[in-house]
Amino acid sequence: MHLSETVNSGFFFLAPWLVFAPVIGLLINIIFGGWFMKRSWGERAVGVVASLASGASFVVSVLLAWSLAAGHGEAVIVPFLEWIHIGSLELDWAFRVDSLSTTMMLVVSGVGTLIHIYAIGYMHEDVRFKGDPGRFRRFFVFLNLFIAMMMILVSGDSYLMLFVGWEGVGLCSFLLIGFWYDMDTLGRPSWANSNAAKKAFVTNRVGDFGFLIAAFIMFWAFGSFQFDEVFEAAHSVAPGVIVAITLFMLVGVAGKSAQIPLYVWLPDAMAGPTPVSALIHAATMVTAGVYLITRSAELYTLVPQAQYIVAMTGAITALFAATIAVGQYDIKKVLAYSTISQLGFMVAAVGMGAFVAGMFHLVTHAFFKALLFLSAGSVILGLERGHHHAEHGHHEEHGKGKTKSPKGEKEGKRKEEHHEVFDPGDMRNMGGLRKTMPVTFWLYMIGTLALAGIVPFAGFWSKDEILLDASRHYPAVYILLSIAAFFTAFYMGRQIWMVFFGEPRHEAAAHAEESKPIITAPLMVLAALSLLGGALNLPFEGFHQLGHWLEYTLHEVEALPLDLQVAGISTLLALAAIFLSWLIYGRNPLKTGQPDPLKKPLGFIFTGMENKWFVDEGYFAVIINPFKKLSQFLADVIDWRFWHDWFHDTVIAGTYNWVSNIGLNLYADQKGIDAFANWLGAATQSISATMRKVQNGFVRSYALSVLLGVVLIVGYLILK
Amino acid sequence: MSGELILFLVLALVAIATALGMLLNRNSVYSALFLVMNFIAVAVFYLLLGAPFIAMAQITVYAGAIMVLFLFVIMLLGAERLPDAKVLPRQKLFAYGLAAVLAAETIYLLVTRARPEGIVLPPDEAANATGTLVALGKTLFTSYLLPFEVTSILLLVAMIGVIVLVHREKGVQK
Amino acid sequence: MVPVEYYIILSAILFSIGVAGVVFRRNPLVIFMSIELMLNAANLAIVAFSSVLNSFSGQIFVFFVIAVAAAEVAVGLALIVEIFKTKHTIDVDQLNSMKG
Repeated sequence: MHLSETVNSGFFFLAPWLVFAPVIGLLINIIFGGWFMKRSWGERAVGVVASLASGASFVVSVLLAWSLAAGHGEAVIVPFLEWIHIGSLELDWAFRVDSLSTTMMLVVSGVGTLIHIYAIGYMHEDVRFKGDPGRFRRFFVFLNLFIAMMMILVSGDSYLMLFVGWEGVGLCSFLLIGFWYDMDTLGRPSWANSNAAKKAFVTNRVGDFGFLIAAFIMFWAFGSFQFDEVFEAAHSVAPGVIVAITLFMLVGVAGKSAQIPLYVWLPDAMAGPTPVSALIHAATMVTAGVYLITRSAELYTLVPQAQYIVAMTGAITALFAATIAVGQYDIKKVLAYSTISQLGFMVAAVGMGAFVAGMFHLVTHAFFKALLFLSAGSVILGLERGHHHAEHGHHEEHGKGKTKSPKGEKEGKRKEEHHEVFDPGDMRNMGGLRKTMPVTFWLYMIGTLALAGIVPFAGFWSKDEILLDASRHYPAVYILLSIAAFFTAFYMGRQIWMVFFGEPRHEAAAHAEESKPIITAPLMVLAALSLLGGALNLPFEGFHQLGHWLEYTLHEVEALPLDLQVAGISTLLALAAIFLSWLIYGRNPLKTGQPDPLKKPLGFIFTGMENKWFVDEGYFAVIINPFKKLSQFLADVIDWRFWHDWFHDTVIAGTYNWVSNIGLNLYADQKGIDAFANWLGAATQSISATMRKVQNGFVRSYALSVLLGVVLIVGYLILK
Repeated sequence: MSGELILFLVLALVAIATALGMLLNRNSVYSALFLVMNFIAVAVFYLLLGAPFIAMAQITVYAGAIMVLFLFVIMLLGAERLPDAKVLPRQKLFAYGLAAVLAAETIYLLVTRARPEGIVLPPDEAANATGTLVALGKTLFTSYLLPFEVTSILLLVAMIGVIVLVHREKGVQK
Repeated sequence: MVPVEYYIILSAILFSIGVAGVVFRRNPLVIFMSIELMLNAANLAIVAFSSVLNSFSGQIFVFFVIAVAAAEVAVGLALIVEIFKTKHTIDVDQLNSMKG
């Protein structure tokens, strides 16, 4: 766009620093991090550098937002780099600063910075628990790389730059899920984590393929990737093209934002360290799909059919994942399915055209889901500490002589000493943590209430707005989402009762310790945001700040007033769900080894929930195993036996061997060339043997030769 | 058939016979003596051809000096007969064959191709008198002065060379 | 009244006899004599042509040949003597030091 004047005013020139601040941070940590880590203050230095880099990105985001607000919120494009110029094709790296992208920037860098700070404390303990402190630095390098890639994603001015960031965050996701690639969550040697990373990457590839096709169609139809040009051209092409683009884009969204049918990677992605789960797999990266749809709002609003498909996809995902979350025992798995469910809410919202509501929920969800994940991380750390403490206590009791062993040796032995498998993330090992970890408990409560949608927490407002939109235009979606909201409140209540109430079901839970302030402090900030985040877009006259803010980018924003009926129903559902969960889990707390009380009454339904409705197994049966068999067939039968063994070895190599052995070696080489060479040698030998006799040293022989020559010459003269 | 032709044929027969005698005689002293006879026969041919000076030179230089030298050396070395040797058994056969072929070829060439024309006339008195010799001497010392002097130097060099070769200084053992 | 052809034929026969002598005799002195015979044969031909052509040049050439032959014989015989002194034989078949 031709807004270069506004680029010069305000802080828009800072836009590239969104990306370069974290890049500089990661470079510092790559280059000097090794030197840092040898010092006692090394971990803090690495963490501070990374946090500052992310914080700088946040400051830039704030300045850009301020400049944008001062400049009446019109989109500003900051050209940065000429990238690809081929003929008339011009693909540049430009930063698009508008209200939508700045919203995303603020969320990404804000939540990202808090998580960086949290990770300093978390990773300090985690690397020691896993027994490899050297990876501390690597973690922050990856984290900064993620921030940089996410910034490219949200700030790019074209689908191509968006795709670059899209792939970049996918890479970071892969790297961070597989961060402990050679061990499982308990530090035992295993490939579980790298398999999870692989699964995430491959599943995302399926989605990225959809996005790529969408981009190809877009380029074929419009000849451009630039947002404004695409939107402008979109009005003049056949709707079928737009439908194709939007639906293929939906495949990409389903991959990145974990929607049916590609959501399966996200629960496994919890194999990554908890800050990663919070930052990438809850707050930011997975919302990239929502951002993509919102960014493409002008395309989606052109095709209501596609919008309906998107909305239904989101709604079904929301309900489906919520039911699975009920049957999970791992504290992070519950949150993971909750994330899928909430992403379903967002996708449903943007599918319905309620882009503001979707973005609103995206923001509040980033706050409270990050809070929940980080609190869950705090719980896990507390349990690990408690477990360690309890085990240490055992040693003290059993024999004092043994415990004298040096620390390093004990560290090494520790893994072997895990006779009984203790999973610090399993809620069945928890219970009663309210007393041992009070701060975490309250923070978790705030997150839970926000997620469950209780007034006045942030989640209430954003979820309510989505439900309100749905109730107006898409009753089916409204019903699905309402049931999903009920389940959401239920599984969160279940989690609270299981984790923080009742009696400790494991020694570790009894000995759990509260986390340090560096971990809890960012959580408090997030808790405050979860509490007050709703103020961003209160549904009252004169408020709707986020709506007005986004209106600069998204046209035709519908600012709905609070509908007491919808709000009341959702609140009642949430409260009922929490009450129900209290009835089942709170009134009679779970005992050690007791099966889930829902198992009996629900029977196979609960088994389904517990086992994620066997979707993974279904995928294995329907896609992966046939695919493996096909690969096996292709590799073993087609490639190996047919192509390699038969065609290559027998036909080509055989023919070649035959030709070379018989044709070339025997006939051409041995009988031809060799024979000729041998004959030449033999001929030379025999000729020399003959000639040697001539060269006999007898003068008379030589004279005879001369005479013979004379006779021959004279004879020649005669015959001439 | 004129008398001269008869003389020629007889002399030719003598020349060929003595040449063969030289060739075939196993004793080299006899060979040398046969060669002397051959030289004398050739000298007579020179006289018949009207070249008395060459005939005299032939007798004095060849038949006299050179052959005396030969005989002297033969006797000096005691090399009248060489012991029999069985090497190169077919050498003699090849030699005769090739020599015969060479003669046949040469004669064939002369008779069929070159066909030198002319009859050798009997030398008249005047030719054998001093006149020819004078003319020869004049030619030798005018037109062929340089080759003559070179030949004299050649002879000198040969003389010195022979002395150097054969002369053995006293007290120097080889 | 003898045709010059006869002289040339005689010369060729003598020359061939000389050649045969060079080729098959083992005694270097006889080989030498054969060479002298060949020279004589050549001389005879030259003189015959000189006579027919009525020119002195042939005779003068023969004169030079005789002179050179004398020098040659002198040197050659000296060499043979020298060889005999070294090898204690003059058989040419024994003179094969140069054989490879």
